[in-house]
Amino acid sequence: MVEDEAGELRIALAGNANVGKSVIFNQLTGLSQIIGNWPGKTVERAEGNLFFENRKLNIIDLPGIYSLSTFTEEEVVSRQYIAEEKPDAVINVLDATVLERNLFFTLQLMELEAPLIMSLNMFDLARSRGIIIDPDRLSSELGIPVVPTVAVKRSGLTQLLRETIDLAERSTGEKPRRLEYGPEVESRIAQLMATIEGRSFRSDYPSRWIAIKLLEEDAEVMKMVSDQGLLDQARGLRNELESIHGEPSTTVLTAERYTLANRISLACQRFERPSGESISSRLDSLTTHRLWGYLLMMAITMAVFFTIFTLGDWLSGNIELLLDTVRPVLVDIFGSGSLGKIINEGLIEGFFAGIGIALPYILPFYLMLSFLEDSGYLARIAFLMDSLMHRMGLHGKAFIPMLLGYGCSVPAVLGCRIMETNRERLLAAFVSTLVPCSARTIVILALVGKFIGPLYALSLYIIDLILVFILGRIAYRTIPGEPIGLIMEMPSYRKPSTNVVLKQTWFRLSSFIKMAIPVIVGAGIMIKILEIAGALDIIADLMSPVTVTMLGLPSAVGVLLIIGILRKELTILMLATLLGTTNFPTVLTSTQMYVFAFVVMLYIPCVATIAALVQEFGWKRAGYITVFEIVFATLSGAVLYRVLLALGWP
Amino acid sequence: MEEGPEEYLEALYKLTRSGNSVRTTQLAKYLGVSPASATQMLQKLAKRGCVEYIPYHGTRLTPEGETKGAKMTRKHRLLETFLVNILNMGKDKAHAEACELEHHLSDEAEEALCRILKHPDLCADDGRPIPPCDSPYSSCAECMEAEASSAIKRRAPIKPLTAMDKGEEARISFVRAGKGALRRLCDMGLTPQTPIKMVTSAPLRGPVEIEVRGSKLAIGWKIASKIFVEAEAGSIG
Repeated sequence: MVEDEAGELRIALAGNANVGKSVIFNQLTGLSQIIGNWPGKTVERAEGNLFFENRKLNIIDLPGIYSLSTFTEEEVVSRQYIAEEKPDAVINVLDATVLERNLFFTLQLMELEAPLIMSLNMFDLARSRGIIIDPDRLSSELGIPVVPTVAVKRSGLTQLLRETIDLAERSTGEKPRRLEYGPEVESRIAQLMATIEGRSFRSDYPSRWIAIKLLEEDAEVMKMVSDQGLLDQARGLRNELESIHGEPSTTVLTAERYTLANRISLACQRFERPSGESISSRLDSLTTHRLWGYLLMMAITMAVFFTIFTLGDWLSGNIELLLDTVRPVLVDIFGSGSLGKIINEGLIEGFFAGIGIALPYILPFYLMLSFLEDSGYLARIAFLMDSLMHRMGLHGKAFIPMLLGYGCSVPAVLGCRIMETNRERLLAAFVSTLVPCSARTIVILALVGKFIGPLYALSLYIIDLILVFILGRIAYRTIPGEPIGLIMEMPSYRKPSTNVVLKQTWFRLSSFIKMAIPVIVGAGIMIKILEIAGALDIIADLMSPVTVTMLGLPSAVGVLLIIGILRKELTILMLATLLGTTNFPTVLTSTQMYVFAFVVMLYIPCVATIAALVQEFGWKRAGYITVFEIVFATLSGAVLYRVLLALGWP
Repeated sequence: MEEGPEEYLEALYKLTRSGNSVRTTQLAKYLGVSPASATQMLQKLAKRGCVEYIPYHGTRLTPEGETKGAKMTRKHRLLETFLVNILNMGKDKAHAEACELEHHLSDEAEEALCRILKHPDLCADDGRPIPPCDSPYSSCAECMEAEASSAIKRRAPIKPLTAMDKGEEARISFVRAGKGALRRLCDMGLTPQTPIKMVTSAPLRGPVEIEVRGSKLAIGWKIASKIFVEAEAGSIG
């Protein structure tokens, strides 16, 4: 465990998704945030500092989750953090309008026996819906402090902080009250606890928690315990519970928690008027309507798409203009010797590519995504598109990354974070890299569209879509893990906080830059060195069995395919330089143009996309996707080449 | 006439109530079989560990045999009580009928029979005590309670969530899904007997939106079709 600095308190924020937890986090930490990943996980970790009444508080925003089981990495990360890192206090943020569901999570936090305080958020919204909650009653039922808050208006936050510090300072191993489940469950928990304590089992976790998790057949805990006698005893007790209730033991325990949550929420809540149809619920029925819902969705997604890409194009154009003025200056400084070339055309061009191409699209993308997510509309898109996306083995939410993929693969890959499980994230990312982005569209249009015909260009898109369907389905079957399908909360609509959206965008953006720019620049330098050393031609020669024999392309194309890793549209720009003409039909046959465009469309994610994949999934899985796409593009390109020849194409 | 091993255990159970062991001749006489075949069957049962057979002294039930004998006797006497009290059959016929039926009565049916007869203590035919059951319930009251809640289950029509109409209310009956999905559904509040309300569904086998525990959930069609619900009994809240 890390030794605290003098007087520094570590506070964790925990709660369900969509309860305003990140709003509280942003209100508390301001601009001192660091957004990164949990070590070895693809789970976002947001941390920030705050000085309050001469105390330094280090605040960690745990991911928004519904349970502390092992369904998602987020759940595992959260419970490990609370139990093993032992923060000085845990603030449980609740959505007061959905008290019962939120209390279910509170009960699990209490099982972890962490020093707990409750922020009963959206207190005003609950009141306006006629849900009157008695915080004092809630506090006495649970035995923890309860502070009503309205995070977007900063109301209640000062009191929350004061009480949190209070709690953290007086928590000297004092455990929160133990809430009891049914007698048949409690007696079995007690039996297991006796065994656990008898074994003087050393663990960061409370023995009651371990006992409960053993009854729930929690795989991680069973691994952690590794005591055969205890595991056997737990199995026996689970069987007993199952035969009493006729339900799996996990269901029994979950039902116990919900029964308790229901009882407590009923005791602390009263409903003033029969909650009439709120604006949110009227919006909900409109946006999930069988006809209007889809029309609205098409309008909104198109608007989002065009906002991202017009804004992106504009930004990109301006940045490129700016870079163009800097470029000659830099050439003068570094000269045109070998080293100068490496610096100018490798390092600087790579850097420019990063901020000139990927960045302009990621910025508006993050803005739009935060907006869609925070307003609650994303869940509606997932709802409407689930049926279609399911057919290619994807989750409804994957529609957004896939659509973005037609613009730029980088935000598409980053956007896959909205999926809940790692498996779904990986699937969606894999599929969205296969969708032709705007750079690939340039190649397709400039080569096939212009010289063969627009319909042929369209045919490439159709082939791509078919391949996406097939590969998506195959990946769905081969990627390990249980496919769960859509089980998603439909949050009520609310106005996103501009402040939070902007801050989140900024911090996510800077964390991506830190990750991606070195990769992009590194790749740029490497290719430049290869070029200067004359190695590119040698590699192109080595590649000729693939390019010439398998794909029927001119051997010089090998160099393009390597450089295209940096930026896909470079392939077409350099094709002109390489062949000495932009009138491609004079040097290439229709078959060659079509096959070339097809291969460029599929052959490898560009380096910025690879960087995004690495950030999200690690080197190994990014590597798998990259290698797969190279092999797949080559093989299917070879098949296409032969099919076209057989069809009598020139 | 040949008698099966179950019949022997039942007879042994009855005959050993007053004393410890039973002589083979006494047993043969009771069952109406020859002493030779009785000896043969007892040897068989001894091999299975159900009885202890000491030549020239008699036969005793092992704890395992005792359990099995009690079970058969229980089934027999429950059936007799059922035949006499509910079906109004004559006592003479009831005994023979019960002898036949007891071998085909499952444990589940036995439990249900006990409940429908309001857990009788004595057999209606001969007034002998009915051995207690081996169910996990701690008391008859608990057993009757469990029945009461599952009786609604059985009587109410059960259908998949996807067959619900807009605005319809129901309770979760059971879920037929993989481990991960089941846990997830439970975590989201869909535990058995939870009241839910259908809000809307997306076309083309799209997901359904339901209201549960004061919040709204979207569930993919495939999982939703594996969630079974029963009509809300009585009041609609």
